[in-house]
Amino acid sequence: MTTAIRWFWFASPHTFFPVAGTIARWCAVAAAVFAVAGLYVGFFVAPTDAQQGEAYRIIFIHVPAAWMSMFIYLVMAFWAAVGFAFNTRLSGMMSSALAPTGALFTFIALWTGSLWGKPTWGTYWVWDARLTSELILLFLYLGFMALKAAIDDPRRADRAGAVLAIVGAVNIPIIYYSVQWWNTLHQGASVSFTKAPSMAAAMFAGMILMALAFWMYSIAVALMRLRCIIKERE
Amino acid sequence: MTEFMSMGGYGGYVWGSYGVTLALLALEVVFLIRRKRKLETKT
Repeated sequence: MTTAIRWFWFASPHTFFPVAGTIARWCAVAAAVFAVAGLYVGFFVAPTDAQQGEAYRIIFIHVPAAWMSMFIYLVMAFWAAVGFAFNTRLSGMMSSALAPTGALFTFIALWTGSLWGKPTWGTYWVWDARLTSELILLFLYLGFMALKAAIDDPRRADRAGAVLAIVGAVNIPIIYYSVQWWNTLHQGASVSFTKAPSMAAAMFAGMILMALAFWMYSIAVALMRLRCIIKERE
Repeated sequence: MTEFMSMGGYGGYVWGSYGVTLALLALEVVFLIRRKRKLETKT
């Protein structure tokens, strides 16, 4: 055996089970630490917004939740595709473990966006391209979960779910670029890979800390669910 | 404290967002722990 990491060894549900437990515990601790730091910066360090007053503080959960909703979908579709291509058992379970958390963050992004829209736009909901494509994302998650739940044989359920997840992935770039492609009410990105963030440093720091908290939370919860699924199936 | 809770008149929107988020995340963890316990007692 070489010194290289034996990836296929980890691909076995039985060997990954204890590893998942350890990672989940550490991520849960990290999530709590990042959340406390993020909320402190968000409410006590970040200044009041000149135009939106205190209402803007919804940003500290809205934007990280929206990021997670898209990112979790991509990871879910990736594992579904891996399972489809290589027929690895763990991959399908991984995508099942991610779906409810992704749906949850999608709902949170829509809910907080709605409560932010009322004081700033004057409406809870509008059929804007960004909002509509995010709502479709929620239906994709729910459809994926419903489809898997409807098929008794888990291996067949994984394959059917994979097709839906892969086709649905086309919605992710649509959500991401919707504010550029269409003339939407939703504002453009304040943070991007290509330019410096267009907001106060403390606001940006609070948002990043909350994003890290949501990341760690998602990993912890998804791995906890994965352990349940492994136990139920094997 | 009341000033903090009022969030400059936007308290309902801000705490409505944070409250529902916290409640949903907490519920997810509770359901997962229950699911895990159920599996442990079965075997």
